[in-house]
Order: sequence, then structure tokens, then C-alpha cells
Amino acid sequence: MDIQTKQQEIIDEFEIYDDWMEKYEYIIDLGKDLPLIDPALKTDDRLIEGCQSKVWLASSFDGEKMHYTADSDAIITKGIIGLLIRVLDNETPKTVLETDLQFIKTIGLQEHLSPTRANGLAGMVKKMKQEAIKYLN
Amino acid sequence: MYLCTPVVEAYKEIQTENLKTMDKKPFNVKEVRELFPALRQQIYGKNLIYFDNGATSQKPQLVLDAINKYYSKENANIHRGVHFMSQRATTDYEAARKRIQLYLNAKKSEEIIFTKGTTDGINLVANSFGELLQAGDEILISEMEHHSNIVPWQMLCERKNLTLRVAPINKRGEIIEEELDKLLTKKTKLVALTQISNTLGTINPIKEIVKKAHVVGAKVLVDGAQSIQHTKVDVRDLDCDFFVFSGHKVFGPTGIGVLYGKEDLLDRMPPYQGGGDMIAKVTFERTTYNELPFKFEAGTPHIAGGICLGTAFEFLESLDMKAVEQHERELQKYAEDMLETFEDLHIIGTAKNKTSVVSFVIEGLHPFDIGTLLDKQGIAVRTGHHCTQPLMDIYKIPGTVRASFAFYNTREEIDFFIKALEKSLHILK
Repeated sequence: MDIQTKQQEIIDEFEIYDDWMEKYEYIIDLGKDLPLIDPALKTDDRLIEGCQSKVWLASSFDGEKMHYTADSDAIITKGIIGLLIRVLDNETPKTVLETDLQFIKTIGLQEHLSPTRANGLAGMVKKMKQEAIKYLN
Repeated sequence: MYLCTPVVEAYKEIQTENLKTMDKKPFNVKEVRELFPALRQQIYGKNLIYFDNGATSQKPQLVLDAINKYYSKENANIHRGVHFMSQRATTDYEAARKRIQLYLNAKKSEEIIFTKGTTDGINLVANSFGELLQAGDEILISEMEHHSNIVPWQMLCERKNLTLRVAPINKRGEIIEEELDKLLTKKTKLVALTQISNTLGTINPIKEIVKKAHVVGAKVLVDGAQSIQHTKVDVRDLDCDFFVFSGHKVFGPTGIGVLYGKEDLLDRMPPYQGGGDMIAKVTFERTTYNELPFKFEAGTPHIAGGICLGTAFEFLESLDMKAVEQHERELQKYAEDMLETFEDLHIIGTAKNKTSVVSFVIEGLHPFDIGTLLDKQGIAVRTGHHCTQPLMDIYKIPGTVRASFAFYNTREEIDFFIKALEKSLHILK
């Protein structure tokens, strides 16, 4: 599945919710269900400190594609991380760098990725891209 | 002394009896709410419930009209123009200073310095009063202080080789009197304390602390950012040496605030910033400084802010502050009673004497998640460390959810908040 299809799939999933609380309920369920990161990898050097919630990000490169796992101490942040990873994981560094994560805006969660937001997600996306740069040929 | 003519004229014109006043009415929350247009709006299709008054207050129509009127008709630079508009703006700006002086019961309007806000006021004192201090002197604060009443003192201590002492608090969030007494010594030159804690709601016994501090010869700065809007402040009754607050938390504009200081102290302090308005005469060899309050107001000030802060105080004067205090305490107690029925919920800050602020944590849940879900139901609360990280470390929590009330909030809003919280927890757990 290419990255645009993945984004579209998420947009379709969210289309059935017209109420904000239902939307968040779905995000929270995603956050609860996903085992995102090996606890041994939740180290300080992988920590992206938001003003409020914390995010841990671990990245690796298998010679062709990027792999990401991440976690947060806040469940809503964790749910959104799940969506970001679903899109960016298992993609080439070039795709990670070039992709506009428009699905976040379409499903109405862009506020969570704003740099002024206190949850650490903007920092996480930046870090995911920085990691990808390292493996760009 | 070279005080520009319009300033002298402005002072002459401002007699106490010339200040316009509003009729004082019995406090009625329904009526008072009507005066705040921002409260009549929907967020995500839900009626807004604004419980973030600790961060900033909404503005009454009177203040909004004053801002509009100033920029539409009255805009002019002050203290130097010979023309009508400049003189009118100068008179209005100085009238605002007079009104605030009278409200605070300061001796003279020269003791009212306009600043950008609380943080600016504290930095002014740290940089100017701080210049009078010497290596080995001590500054005493408490564990519940906001970062703006910690960091400027740390910076000063580093610069001048002073020592910062911190008075501890008990579990309820009250300063431990005996510990404070031990830390108050001849070395203490300044005690800087908040009157009401922004995170805990604790009301500190400022008057008693001022008395004790004065016995050892220390001056006292009171951070009034969270008190001026909740209780009647009388600086002469408190006998504090400095009192600082922000306009935007007391129903006025952002970017304006006040530093009150006792005249003899302000006179002894060197200027903080240099520029226009703060000078008497400038030559390349030597500059002499203007008198109070202008010595501390370099450059064109926030004229609209000052004038409209005066309007906010005109509004404040019309309120029955005793009734306001009672209403706000009832809101706080009612909210706490309702919250205590929740399983695993802990109220942070249970001082015997507290007001207007209810901070809480729920075991196993992150404040950010609770705040996000309340927001989607139209409820504005603050989550996080509230710029009191050392305090969060003491309670060993990452942050709290904080509901902070103003007099325009109602019990019905708290009922709705409680329902919204129940719904949020149902989703989160």
C-alpha cells in the first residue's frame, strides 16, 4: 500500500464520525490498543519533551525503509502517534521526507501538530524526518 | 527637574472628584455575565464555559469600548505634545494612574509605575532594587511561586552573588510558618511572595509576613497577579514595599500592568531602562533622570493599555468585592465537593484559606488528555505545570487540571463541567 493510500484509509475511517467526542474516542482506542515501543527503548535520549506530554521515538533503517516505534504518557498523544506511524513506518527515507501529512488536517487534528502545541508531536514529526535524512543515499 | 508642561497640566486637572465613577450595584452573577461578550459564544458547537481565569480574564464591554474609542478618536503620544489630542491622552493616562492609586490606597500616584505586566514588574525590581544589594545578601521566596517570581531572582543572585532561600510548604500547600521564620534573618533583604497561588489557590498571610520581614529589615514584594481580581487590595494596610500585577488578569488589556512601590524606596532605586520620558536632561557628558513615576517608564508607554486599565478599575470599583469574594469561594467549594465524589481524584492544594482555583489529578490519567476532552465539550481549563515546575516536583506529579473561576462563573457551569468530566473519564478509562 503506498503512502497516499494509507493516508486516504485513515481519512475514510474518520469520515463516519461527525462528533468530536466520537473522534477522540476512536483515537483513544487506537492509543490503548497499540503496543508502540519496547520499554527498554524509552530512554532519555529518545525523549521529546513537550511542555505537557512526553513522547519517545525510536527509529531504525533496514537498508531500504525507515521503521519507527514511539510512545507517549498521554493517551490522546499516543493515539495520534499511532496514526503517524501507520503512515510513515515502512517507507523509504525519501518518501518520509517528501510526504505532506495532509490526512491530519483532513481529519481535523492539525492543532495537535502545531509547533505551539504542548504535546511534543510537532517535535516528533521533525525528528522522524531528521532520522530519515541520515539514510537519504 | 524638567517635567514637560503637559504632564504638569495633566496632574493639575486630575482631582479625585473628577474621576468618573459607575454606580455600585448589588452583585448579581446573571447581570454581570451580560457585560462580558466573550462569554456568549459557542466552541465546537457547545456553549463556552470559561474556567481559565487564572491565565487571563475576559473583558467587560466597558473596557472593549474604551479600547475602541482610544484608537478611533483619542490616539496621540503623551507627555510631550502641545496639541489638544496629546494633552487629552496625557490627562486620561494620568487619570488612570490616579484611579489605580486610589483603588490600591497608595499614598501618591507617583508610586504607581506602569509596566508590561507582573513579570515585567518583578524584573524591574530585581534589576533596580537588586542594584542596591550586596554579595551575601539573601532573597526569600516560597516553594509555591510562579516561574516569574523565581527566575528573575535566580538571575539576580547569579549576577550579584546573592543567596536565594526558599520557604517550604506543607502538604495542604501552605507556607510552613516556623520554617519561614527560621529563614528570615538579618541577611534577608527581600521577601518575594505570591498573595494567592496560581496553582493551589492558597491565600498567603501576607500582612503577618510583612510585619515579620520588616522586623529583620527586609523589604517585601507581593506578587498580586492572582489576587487583585479576587480580593480588595490595600497596599498601605498590607504595608508591603512592592506590589505587582497584570492588567489582563483584572479585566483589562494585555501588555499593561502595575508596579506599586513605596516612594522613598523607588526614589532610592536606579532607573531600570534608559530612553525617552525617563530623563530630566540629557547631554553626552551626563544625563539626569526624571522624577517618579517617569524615571521607570522609558519610551512611549502602552498608552491605550494604561487608559483602558483605568477603565477596568472603574468597572472593578462598581463591584461589591465582598460579595464577589463570597461568590468565588462558593464556586471553589462547590466544585471541590463535586470533584471529591470521583474515584482516584486528588485535589492539589487544600489550604484552609484558599479561593477561586481548583487543581486536581486523577490516578492513571494524564491532565493533557482530560483537558483535551473537556475542550471538545466547550470547557476551557488549563492543564500542565502552570509555570510552577518546582511545585509539581514537590507533589511528584507532571501537572494538574486546573479550573480557575472568576465572579462571572456560575454553579450551573460547574454542574456542566462535572458532567463533561464524567463523560471524559468514561472514554479515557
